[in-house]
Amino acid sequence: MERRIILDPGQWIAFMVVAVGAMIMLGPFYFMFVFATHSNTDILSVPPPVWFGGQFVANVQVLLDKLPYFWNNLGVSFYVAVITTALNLFFCSLAGYAFATYEFRFKNLLFMIVMSTLLIPPFLGMIPTTLIMTLFGWMNEPRALYLPMACSALGVFLMRQYISSAIPRELLEAARMDGCGEFATFRHIVLPLTGPAMGTLGLITFITSWNNFMTPLVVMRDMEMYTVPLALRALQGSGQVPWGAICAGSSIAVAPLLIIFILASRRLIEGMTAGALKG
Amino acid sequence: MSAVMERRETPATAQVKTRRRWLTRKTAPYVFISPFFILFAVFGLFPLLFTIYLSFHYWDPSTGLGGMKWVGFENFTFVLTDDWFHKSLYNTFWIALVSGVPQHLAAIPLAFFLHTRLSRWRNAVVGLYFLPFITSTVAISLVFTSLFSRDYGLINVLLTQMGQWEIAGLRPLSWVFPTENIDWNDPGYTKWVISFVVWWRYVGWNTVLYLSALQTIPKDLYEAASIDGASRRQQFWHITVPLLRPMMFLAITLSIIGNLQLFEEPFILTGGLGPGGTSIGGPDQAGKTAAMHMYATAYIESDFGTASAVAWLLFLIIAMMTWANNKAFKEKS
Repeated sequence: MERRIILDPGQWIAFMVVAVGAMIMLGPFYFMFVFATHSNTDILSVPPPVWFGGQFVANVQVLLDKLPYFWNNLGVSFYVAVITTALNLFFCSLAGYAFATYEFRFKNLLFMIVMSTLLIPPFLGMIPTTLIMTLFGWMNEPRALYLPMACSALGVFLMRQYISSAIPRELLEAARMDGCGEFATFRHIVLPLTGPAMGTLGLITFITSWNNFMTPLVVMRDMEMYTVPLALRALQGSGQVPWGAICAGSSIAVAPLLIIFILASRRLIEGMTAGALKG
Repeated sequence: MSAVMERRETPATAQVKTRRRWLTRKTAPYVFISPFFILFAVFGLFPLLFTIYLSFHYWDPSTGLGGMKWVGFENFTFVLTDDWFHKSLYNTFWIALVSGVPQHLAAIPLAFFLHTRLSRWRNAVVGLYFLPFITSTVAISLVFTSLFSRDYGLINVLLTQMGQWEIAGLRPLSWVFPTENIDWNDPGYTKWVISFVVWWRYVGWNTVLYLSALQTIPKDLYEAASIDGASRRQQFWHITVPLLRPMMFLAITLSIIGNLQLFEEPFILTGGLGPGGTSIGGPDQAGKTAAMHMYATAYIESDFGTASAVAWLLFLIIAMMTWANNKAFKEKS
């Protein structure tokens, strides 16, 4: 059935509103990148620059003057995000596999407990986190950031959903008949087949860890061990605010997320909302 | 699959091996889910119980664990009568409402529009709107701080320029737009700026939620309605809105839970810690939310007991609001 689209004025207005909205959504990113390439004097002139300049390297230099450990901070962020992601993929797929394929006592109750942990507001853990990490002697240690996030409820949920729908039980039975042990079945049969779900969960975990602010705020005491968001915040302070440097740093902090998003936006959106929709 | 083939053993050896394994079909699931529960016990449950314990004590962590003093309900009575807590709570609710309501008022029509009008460009547009949700809150809040600065901020430049816009010697918009730069740090504006940034961050998230609900509404309902002569607007009010109710309930619940514990956006937008670390929340602490109040009580005033009481009171308030929302939705349907 061929349908001709003729727009009435109301629909034109709707299109315009959506377009303006999209510009509002993108604007801050655009100006973040533009300001990252201009000197502070340019940014503080009226009107401010609206197109890219050539001062990016100079801004990074200012950034490094203010934050001498910035490359370190970037390293800490990457290190923590990568380890968090690796641990999450392993532990969540293991737990998801157990919930998806095994029959065991209290299975439903235990799964309900996993899901209900999503309801606990993060700020409740802020104060005791300081205490636990002090007790363990983990202040200023990356493990204080990746271990608490090493197995997320959303991850367990995503992996359970995927494994129960994508991996036939017969395959697992066949492996067992062939003498494959419980872990070997997981390692050699299940793990290689969870690729798509692993990709989604990996990206979500990486982004969450990369953006985490509250835990580093109370755990990382030395500037050297700051993560990128924490380091950027340290630029705020008295005196002249180096907007060019702040925008350069923010661009560097946001760039990995943008790359991930451009590569996999659809899968990412579906993964992130899955917990809300089906949980 | 090749790995499986290599590991294939004769049935006899396999049986011997299984008998010795501690990871049997009975024990394996418990072992496999144990990492989650161990981590949760250490980093989730224990903290939760410990904040309860702590909320009945006075504790400055610099005195060590032995420095805890039992004070009963004193922390709670103090917090409940503390003007600063009331003020932070007022700020929290103000921002939650002013950012939360428009989130849904924008997301529902937007999702409807994307669902009915766009097919080829839908995913791209959804992506654009969703992008703020995944970005580093700190980085983007810093950028917003720059855009909202008084003398050189782009937003002020834009607003005052629009007022100067001339058509045939007249300035038709000079009524609407300010003629002078607005000081967004002024206590009267702080909450508006925070609310805008929060709205900006979450409108795409809500759109995705509503869009996913719209996609489950059968198309023939609309077809039947348009055969009966229902206009697009009638279809929206009589088919879409009623069928969206469950998703509205979920999305509003998530907004309540999220907005009442706002921390990062107001924290960065109001300049983090002021001089001496005391003026958290900007001038007149107009942007100090309850979660920030908890942070300030613990980490600036070193009073972890009172801060724990704040945490639990805030948690109770969130639970109550969620319950009230639940009740309101149930009664209506």
